Order: sequence, then C-alpha cells, then structure tokens
Amino acid sequence: MTSLVLPEFLHRVDHQRCRRCKRCVMSCGFGALQFLERVVADHAKCVGCHRCATFCPEGAITIERNPTALRYNAHWSEEHRKAIWRQAESGGMLLSAMGNDKPYPSYFDHLLLDACQVTNPSIDPLREPMELRTYLGSKPERLEFGAGPDGKPRLTVELAPQVQLETPLVFSAMSFGSISLNAQKALAMAAEKCGITMNTGEGGLHKDLYPYSRHVVIQVASGRFGVSPEYLQQGAAVEIKIGQGAKPGIGGHLPGEKVPHEISETRMVPVGTDCLSPAPHHDIYSIEDLAQLIGALKEATRYEKPVGVKIAAVHNVAAIASGIVRAGADFIFLDGFRGGTGAAPTVIRDHVGLPIELAVAAVDDRLRREGIRNRASLVVAGGIRSSADVAKAVALGADVCAIGTAALVAMGCHLCQKCYTGNCSWGIATQRSELVRRLEPDVAAERLVNLVRAWSLELKEILGALGLNAIESLRGSRERLRAVGLDQTTLDILGVKPAGR
Amino acid sequence: MTTEICAQQMDYRELNAKVRAAVAGGERELVLSQVNGQRYLGVGLTQPVKLSIHGVAGNDLAAFMDGPTLEIWGNAQDGVGNTMNSGRVVIHGSAGDVLGYGMRGGRILVRGDVGYRVGIHMKSFKRQVPTIVVGGSAGDFLGEYMAGGVLVVLNLWKEEKEPVGRWTGTGMHGGAIYLRGGSVSPDRLGREVLAAPAGEEDQPVLFPLLDDFATTFGLEAEELRRQPFQRLTPTSHRPYGNLYAY
Ligand code: SF4
Ligand code: SF4
Repeated sequence: MTSLVLPEFLHRVDHQRCRRCKRCVMSCGFGALQFLERVVADHAKCVGCHRCATFCPEGAITIERNPTALRYNAHWSEEHRKAIWRQAESGGMLLSAMGNDKPYPSYFDHLLLDACQVTNPSIDPLREPMELRTYLGSKPERLEFGAGPDGKPRLTVELAPQVQLETPLVFSAMSFGSISLNAQKALAMAAEKCGITMNTGEGGLHKDLYPYSRHVVIQVASGRFGVSPEYLQQGAAVEIKIGQGAKPGIGGHLPGEKVPHEISETRMVPVGTDCLSPAPHHDIYSIEDLAQLIGALKEATRYEKPVGVKIAAVHNVAAIASGIVRAGADFIFLDGFRGGTGAAPTVIRDHVGLPIELAVAAVDDRLRREGIRNRASLVVAGGIRSSADVAKAVALGADVCAIGTAALVAMGCHLCQKCYTGNCSWGIATQRSELVRRLEPDVAAERLVNLVRAWSLELKEILGALGLNAIESLRGSRERLRAVGLDQTTLDILGVKPAGR
Repeated sequence: MTTEICAQQMDYRELNAKVRAAVAGGERELVLSQVNGQRYLGVGLTQPVKLSIHGVAGNDLAAFMDGPTLEIWGNAQDGVGNTMNSGRVVIHGSAGDVLGYGMRGGRILVRGDVGYRVGIHMKSFKRQVPTIVVGGSAGDFLGEYMAGGVLVVLNLWKEEKEPVGRWTGTGMHGGAIYLRGGSVSPDRLGREVLAAPAGEEDQPVLFPLLDDFATTFGLEAEELRRQPFQRLTPTSHRPYGNLYAY
C-alpha cells in the first residue's frame, strides 16, 4: 500500500562541501542513505537521529523538519492525521519509544528553590564539607544506643541492609535487549566510578557485568527472565518490577528476532523466542501476594540486600505505595509518566499515568502521615532532566532520583524515539553488532561519569545556597520550594506555597 | 546422618535459618516435622540436599530453588516452585495455586490436585526442561503464557471431572501439555493451543515422566503407559506478533 504519510525529515547534503567519504552512509542505522555517485537520501527512512550530521567531517549535512505543511487544523493536528494514515496502512497499534513527548505541563518548571540571604547564611560548597551521600534501604523508627564492650556508646538497633550511594542519583532499569551490552557496560562502569548503581531491567545479568555487581540493582519482573539463584546472589539490591512510567499496566514484549545468542544466554531462553513479560505478575494479585514475593526474595538473599518495588505513578499511587511499604519493601521506585521505554504502545505512553512531581509529593505525604516514611526509601524517576529537577524532587520527598533518558542522552542518544526498531545509529538501543561496536564502553562511561559529577557539583551549589550541608536535610523540605502559576489544588497536593507567600 | 527439626510453633524465618545453618554445617538430609504452613521452605537452597517435610508446607515452597529434593508428606500451599531452577519436589497430597510459576528447570510431582494458574510462563533453556506431573486435576489457566517445559495432568482420582479448568494454555508459545483421557472439552482450551491425540512421537517425553510418577507414588507404570493422552501444543511461537505498526 502506498503510504500517505510524508517524510518527517528532509536530509540535505551540501554537495559542494561533501568530500564523498561515505561516512554518513555507514553512520545511518536506518538505511536512509545510499551512495550513488553522490549521497542520496531516502527521506522517508530518516528518523532525525543526527548521527550522520554529527560525524560528517565537512559539516555538510543538515536535517530539517519537513516544511511541507498540511492544512492547519487545531483539532485534527498533523500528528493525528499521520497516526490515522499509519494505522489505516498497517492495522496495528502504533509503537513509540522513550517517554511521553506531549505538552502536558511540567510541574518542575513551575517550582522555584529558595536561597539564604543575610540571616541563616548560605554555605560555600567549595570550602565547606557538603554531604551528597545517602542510603537506599529501610531506616529504623528510632536510634538506640548502649555501651559497647569497650564502654563506648554503640548503636543497639539492628539496621536493615542499605546500599550506599555517593550522590542521590542512580541509573534506571534498562535491560540487555532493550539496550546493547556496550551501553550496559558503560552504565555499570560509570556506576562503579561514581559510587552509585545501575539496574539490569528485566533481562538478566550478562556475565561481563558480574565484576560490577556491587553497583548493580537486579530486577525481578513478571517474565522472570534470567532470574536464577546465581543472579539473585549478584547485585546490591533486588527490585521487583510491577510497572513502569512509560507503560503502566502494560507488559513487555521482546520479539524473537531481537533474541540472538548473547541475549538468549542472559535471559535464559532459547535463541529467537519471544520474551513475553505478562502485564501482571501472575503470582501477585494483592498486597499480600506482593509481601510474599518480597519475603521470598529476602529469604533467597539471606536478608542481606534491600528488596524494593518499582511501580508506575498512577491515580491512587499514594495508597498503593502505602501498601507496598507495609508489604515489607525497603524502597519504592516511583516512575512518572515521562519515564522512558524501549517500546510501548503510543496510546499508553502518551495518555496513562501521573506527573512524577505530584506523585512523589502525594506518596511522601501519605507515608509521613501514616508514620511509615522511614520504612522505605523513595527513588523517583520519570523525566528528570537536570540537577534542578533532582533538587526539586528531593525537596518534594524523594531520597534518590533515577535517570534513564538523561543517561542515554549523555551517551549520545538524540531522542529519535525509534528504539523499538533496533536500528539505533548511536549503538545504544540495538543489538546489531556493527552498530553496537560504535559505542565504546570506556568513552560512554566517561560521558556518564562527567554528567553525574556535573550534577553533583550543581547540587552542592544548590544546597549551599539553601544553607544546607547535606542532601538528606533537603528531603521533603517543601518549605524551600515556591510555585509560580499553579492553582490551589495543585499547590495543596504538592504541599508548596505560591511564590511571594 | 539426618537432622530432625521440629517446626511446631516456629516462625518461618527461624525455621529456614535453622535449615540453612544445618546445610552450611554439611548436613545433607533433613527431616522437618510438625510443619504447619511455614513459608519459603527450600527457598534459595543450592546444595543437593534432601528435605522430608511432614505436615503442610506453606506458600512459596522451593521458590528460586536450585538442586535440592523436597518430599512433602502432606499438602502444599500456593506458589510451589516459583521461578525454580533445578531440583525435585514430591508432594504426596495436593498443592494450591500458582505452582511452577516461571519455572525453568527441575521436576514437581503432585499426587493429588493442583489449583489455579499452574505452570504459568514455564520456560526451558538448553538442557533445562522443567516438568510438572499432576496426579489429580488442575484449575483454570493451566500453562498460561507457557514458553517451554512439559506439563502432565493425569486426572486419576475423579475421572468424572474434567482434568483441567478453563483457559488452559492461553498465550502458550512453547512447551507441551499432556492430558490423560480421550479429549478435553474444547471450551477448556485457550485460543493459542492445538489439541491432538498423543502418539508414538510423544513417548520419549511422556513415558519417563509417567514412570517416575508411578515409581514415586507406588502405581503401575505399565498401566499408565497404556492410557490415551491428548497433547496440547502452541499453534504459534509468536502468538502476539503482527500487532504493531512500526
Ligand atoms: S543517520 Fe539519522 S539523521 Fe542521518 S539519515 Fe540516518 S536516520 Fe537520518
Ligand atoms: S536510544 Fe537510539 S534509537 Fe533510542 S531514541 Fe536514543 S538515539 Fe534513538
């Protein structure tokens, strides 16, 4: 069937400057470029990933949004019309990748941080110690001390297992399968260097990552792929994945053609089988069932590791979170509706879930009111773009922020949103060896380490300006936030005053 | 030498810690008596130990287990063999729901009935082929999402009943289910399964399982081998292909 959808991008080559090196042709994972005496583009195949333009030694390439205008219609937007054409041509659900890209409000952009002036002086982080270290795990209700054998005071409360993080950041779950092994290696190397964690996602743990296992959170999801006793012994913490912000209530599906040898070994399924992660865990239909799985994982790991639960932020998130804490989770990973994914039905990605800012505020509030906030750490994710977002999320109640999309962007991702095709020109969301090879783990890890370092420095500046010397002092400190342009109900949910008050 | 642990009034954490300590101390055979619903027995054990469990084994028996042999002289509750990797579980009574969820290897033999959602998402990998044999009948959703392994339901005790509940094999995309008897009503089967009489080609898979079951529970192996079986296999290994526009 002829497609009625016009190309989204136009690929332009300045043939005067082009020196015919064909580098761009090789760069393109999507097969959009050919060399027929000169570079010829199939515009329809171009996804705007910018790999070719970035590596053109002559800077001869520009990628333009196709200016051919459809008749303006505020209701029947170009996007709606294109979606209908694509569905009429295929009969299939539209797929997307990365996070919700629709112009819903970003509450982070309506929040401003406080700073000290005159009284309560600010702190200079360049001279004064500034503590970004924090711990993932359940905290005791109170601390009790007694005298040790040497007569000196000693903590007498037994502490639950904790994961020490040098900065309040972790890398979100991205499975081997959704991203390449080189991308996972880079994340693991960077996590080790930064003293934080990466997360296997539901794809098992490749043997190459075993040396980093102290900096790896291992995931147990509904398909239980790669979950073996050996896997459970690896890892600093265990995360039960119930949901993810990009596709709440939706399972995962790695098609068989994306299960080559290495992935099959890691997921422990035969080469070429579909990996279906059912939407629910079929052994979890209630909070009691969840408690049972948490208990089983704690038994299986000898109570040596925190066991947490990842959920998508949805309408009743606060009540759900309360149940999860009561089920014995040591941390909750809360994923907002901007959270990324390797593949999701577009209709779900774009229309389901909650903004993370409201979710974290509601959850923190509820857990505090119930007196159980100490029992679990809150890891907050879903569209964290900068250190400012981190600081605001912490002030709203997060212990730690998780970054997935930001980490990929640091490695080179241009958010073309075509991860599900497996053709990522940047070697990230692909298993094609010629593409994977171009992502050098060392180089990508360095970029990640730099990003974490930069955000950590900025966080210290923010804390210093607030007159604080520890990130944990900012947690849940909503008094240090003010809102611009939000209605009263939203302010109530956020627990934040309007600017000027 | 065998260590005996009396589980009466004992919390599951204490009981499991005792088992682990005994195993770490080199014990290879344990008898647990007066078990009354304690959870997580055998969880995470990776040594080739033998546990004789007397009483009712609690939820998540043998979850994540890798190697041991458990024999339960009584019933077992829900979640037996959750994500089990290898080993053997023999249950002389009946077992509850969600038995063998995500099981990747090893064998579970149940003399009596099993509940709902048994064998969901079982999968096989290389030489690991999980197998479950049920002497009685199974509830709804048997073998849902099944991706590998073998499930056998013998329905030996109440033949007037159907061997399985509804939605058997829904979303199945690998492995095989064998049901003793001529033909199960088609309304019991998921859309993704193909039912056919088991033939000679099934014997190498089926007979060793029947023999094992017969020997374990003192039945006539020859008698079981002579019975008619129906085989359920997936119609496609890609039940959910073709749903998306790329
Ligand atoms: S490399 Fe990316 S931007 Fe360049 S032609 Fe291919 S898809 Fe388009
Ligand atoms: S990971 Fe690759 S395919 Fe996915 S959005 Fe980024 S550049 Fe595109």
